[in-house]
Amino acid sequence: MTTERPTAAALELRGIHRRFGDVLALDGVDFRVASGSVHALLGENGAGKSTLMRVAFGLLRADSGTVSVAGRQLTSPSVRSASRAGLGMVHQHLSLSPGLDAAENISLGGRGVYRPGPAAERLRSLAQQSGLDVPVDAKAGDLSIVQQQRLEILKALARDATVLILDEPTAVLAPPESAELMAWIRSFAGSGGSVVLVTHKLREALAVADSITVLRRGQVTYTGPANESTEARLTRAIFPDGEPLPVALVIAPPSDVVVSARSISVRGDRGGVPVHSASFDVRRHEIVGVAAVEGSGHRALLAALASLRRISIGELQLPARIAFVPADRQRDALIGEFSIVENVALFGLGAAVGRMNWGAIAERARKLIERFSIAAASETVAAGTLSGGNQQRLVVARALERPVDLVVADNPTRGLDVQASAFVHDQLRRAAAGGAAVVLHSSDLDEVLALATRVLVVFHGEVRECAVDRNIIGRAMLGAA
Amino acid sequence: MHRPIMRAVGVATSIVAILGTLFVLSPNGDLGAVLSAFWRGSFGTWSALVSGTLVRAVPLAILGAGLSVAFRAGVFNIGGEGQLLLGAIAASIVGLEFAWLGNMGSVAALAASAIAGAAWAGVAAVLRRRFGVLEVISTILLNFVAANLVSYLVRGPLQEPSGVYPQSDLISASARLARLGSSRLHLGVFIAVAVCGATWWFLSRTAAGFRIRAVGASPSAAAVTGGVDVPAVTAGALMASGALAGLAGGIEVSGVTYALYENLSPGYGFSAIAVAILARNNPLGVLGTAILFAALETGALGMQRDAGVPSVVATAIEAVVILAAISFGAGMQWSARRSTAIVAT
Amino acid sequence: MVGPTQHRDRGDMTDMAPFFEAAVRTAAPLLLAAVGESVAERAGVINIGLEGCILAGAYAAFAFGVASPVAGYSAAIVAGLAVGALLVAFAVVRRHDQVIVGTALTMLCLGVTGALFRSRPDHGSVLVAMEPAVRVPVLTDIPMLGALFSQPITTYFALALLPAVWWWLHRTHAGVALRAVGDSHEAARAAGVRIALVQSGAVLFGAALGGLAGGALVLAQAGSFAEGMSAGRGFLAIAIVALGRWRVGGVAAASIVFGAAMALQYVVQSLGWGLRYELVLMIPYMATLAALGLFGRGTAPAMLGRRLAE
Repeated sequence: MTTERPTAAALELRGIHRRFGDVLALDGVDFRVASGSVHALLGENGAGKSTLMRVAFGLLRADSGTVSVAGRQLTSPSVRSASRAGLGMVHQHLSLSPGLDAAENISLGGRGVYRPGPAAERLRSLAQQSGLDVPVDAKAGDLSIVQQQRLEILKALARDATVLILDEPTAVLAPPESAELMAWIRSFAGSGGSVVLVTHKLREALAVADSITVLRRGQVTYTGPANESTEARLTRAIFPDGEPLPVALVIAPPSDVVVSARSISVRGDRGGVPVHSASFDVRRHEIVGVAAVEGSGHRALLAALASLRRISIGELQLPARIAFVPADRQRDALIGEFSIVENVALFGLGAAVGRMNWGAIAERARKLIERFSIAAASETVAAGTLSGGNQQRLVVARALERPVDLVVADNPTRGLDVQASAFVHDQLRRAAAGGAAVVLHSSDLDEVLALATRVLVVFHGEVRECAVDRNIIGRAMLGAA
Repeated sequence: MHRPIMRAVGVATSIVAILGTLFVLSPNGDLGAVLSAFWRGSFGTWSALVSGTLVRAVPLAILGAGLSVAFRAGVFNIGGEGQLLLGAIAASIVGLEFAWLGNMGSVAALAASAIAGAAWAGVAAVLRRRFGVLEVISTILLNFVAANLVSYLVRGPLQEPSGVYPQSDLISASARLARLGSSRLHLGVFIAVAVCGATWWFLSRTAAGFRIRAVGASPSAAAVTGGVDVPAVTAGALMASGALAGLAGGIEVSGVTYALYENLSPGYGFSAIAVAILARNNPLGVLGTAILFAALETGALGMQRDAGVPSVVATAIEAVVILAAISFGAGMQWSARRSTAIVAT
Repeated sequence: MVGPTQHRDRGDMTDMAPFFEAAVRTAAPLLLAAVGESVAERAGVINIGLEGCILAGAYAAFAFGVASPVAGYSAAIVAGLAVGALLVAFAVVRRHDQVIVGTALTMLCLGVTGALFRSRPDHGSVLVAMEPAVRVPVLTDIPMLGALFSQPITTYFALALLPAVWWWLHRTHAGVALRAVGDSHEAARAAGVRIALVQSGAVLFGAALGGLAGGALVLAQAGSFAEGMSAGRGFLAIAIVALGRWRVGGVAAASIVFGAAMALQYVVQSLGWGLRYELVLMIPYMATLAALGLFGRGTAPAMLGRRLAE
């Protein structure tokens, strides 16, 4: 239809609108990626970045607007047509089939006969060409996170992708691994490919991108070359009312020990990494950050601290009152179809006996809604109808309803916008100020550094104390001294 | 498509399918005669209602209450048939061998039947807990074992003295449940109502009941946030539903048949699934749906007797009701992970 | 056939020939149903209605098999497909709970086949001409294994199905896609695989084989129909799939073992074990339960039973 101009954009989205129920996720978004460049798509959680890219890749249908690759408009959006046009996407939550091996994963979606020998060969040569090393024979589920990510990139490259969309790729990586990935992205762009880097990390965008676009609540609030963008300018574009300042809280110095671990070993989940010979203390008023990459055993450690799993060796002293904020709130913290009242009753249900006093529990729920400013019509609505931020408010509210001695939080601000994140951080700091010990793990190292007074690094099941320094921690997360 | 329209279409299709099937099956194409035979068999006469439908509703209600507990816990217990038979066996043995118990005979028989049913379900519970075996499979296999066990017993150790018929002797009079008036209706009907009420109260008002509901809705949340021992709760729910199924079997023997024989249960275990699902796993609703399905089955017997339409078509009609009910939102979530995995945190 | 009584004292192996032959013949329908079900389950769908498929296929083969075995088998497959279509409609398309839908379908088939059978004017007294055994010339004479080569066509078909299914699952892109669907919906979707389509195909395949298994029950084993004659084979097949770890080889092995257990009831007299008949009937089910207990802890396809999101 249109003649291809040499300066055609590698990827162009025009006037994209997409509504989910009442929420307008994308409101007339224009997005243009020049060919051979790295373009960062910035914005806080919930701004619509992932949604926009899912539209581009054909996973979602836009209500209106067009998607064009290399000047040619995609008429019927689908993953197949997007792939054929040269788009490749590496998803935030990796989409590999764990039971299939690497070659099968790469070949997924093909046609006809499948020959494992040639497929493995193709994978090997592709890996060599692009500089992304991946074991070919292992099942995808057995690979490390970094290897899985590389495999996803190779999957896109195997389809001759010229435009790569990377959705929050560094969320699960340690700093050195992130740096490696950024270097690779630059070299990919250097050899003619184009990259869209979806991220909420300002500094990352400034470090690697040629151009930057900022999304806020489904609208573009800024777009321009990276070398003309300043941190301040970008911050203003990302946050609607400016970044909320942390409430000034005076937290007393650490006092008595509430958690004492001596050479503990904890077994991992099914096939997960265990922790061995860990020794550390946690005191009241402390916020101890746990820094680790996926698969290092920190899950086991947190489970033991939250009193959800028994240690197999050693001594672990835990206080009586523990509150746990799990990473996956929809799976582990709340029951979506139950009301807020019932979810409040869920906490500590294992030890409850006799009759349930629903009247008293409802009263508690009402108080919690008020005290923690949960936006809900009433305490009888289903928890699943609350927004992500309000769900997390409920989880935190329920955990901190009564005074506790230890708070264990695993990625407590995942998927939350900055408002809700600030609330959670505030609550954690209040808990510490009030005398609790707080142990916090986050995949976002910056979050850990912002809150923690001490940092424990977990690597291959070993737990070590580390200086509160980004570089030192980053290297320790990967096992370097 | 608009949901109300789809629902109306669904209901209409179901009704047409059912009527059409009845028409096809009727010997001389007289649908009217079939339907009136159905009515006479179920509600049409006082005798049909009391001695037929209500009597049949008793085991269905008790089974249904048990299933509502199991389904709420996310346990798909399709072994009601086998658990009922084990209860019947236990009640028969007590009724035959323990005549010296006198007036406590019936109580003992019913207690034994509940224990036997729970134990039978317990086999499946152990297989699930220790070996991760899907209870969907193990309970069904146990049904077949139970049926063959009954056959063996009534042709062997428990066979009536003359050795001619594959059935047991009649149980002693003290082990029987008293009849109400001159009908076939017996004390068991009060037990059924009490069981449904108690089960409802248990699920909605007690901590243990709430635990069951939480585990069924989200085992991971129950374990991580609630600190609930999920495997123990699911095993308990499975055995509780087994106990009620066994009780239903014991009541059938003590109140209706007074003896053990093959085909004692005309598929109560499966009908109860429809009973529970249509009642949306609410034990109080089960009282209503149990009567409904009992009427369906006695009506079907009437159809067979007077109009020549095979009564087994009732099973098919119940299946259609289940499909219609889940189309309207009843049912429960189930996944292999939940059934087989011992929830790991 | 050598008379068993003549050789019982010497424990001669030829004693076992009739048992072996019966074991293979009984295993064939189980194998057919189990292989089909394993494909469906690898795509993430569990078919509790398999028992219904078998029963429906059995009745169809009975009703149409009077004309010819071909007509009977074709009808059996169609009957199985019909039940499978209902499972697709309710559980894949409308995304209702697979187990409830499957249970309802089994009940439906029990009711419909029972009603149709009972209302037949001839009262079901017709016997269907049974499929003759196809004997492979030299191989049939091998002492024990010879039984393997004197089987109805369906047995050979079932055996040929094994390598074919394995090849299709592992050496075609469609098969890789099917395994991905059962492993991770996200991965399949991200690769552009149409999950509902794959699951529908897998279910229909399994249901068709289930119907065929029912046909084999009638045309290659019993020669007539009886209500509920499937006797739990559908559930045994599902258990076999789990025991075989969802792999073709394992499923085949498990099918033979349980086919043998089911065949015991036909040869119990000649074996002279002195067990009551009803107790012998219990053996297949109890053996399956025991096996599930001992070997059951395998890893099911991750998406088995899971509804499609969105």
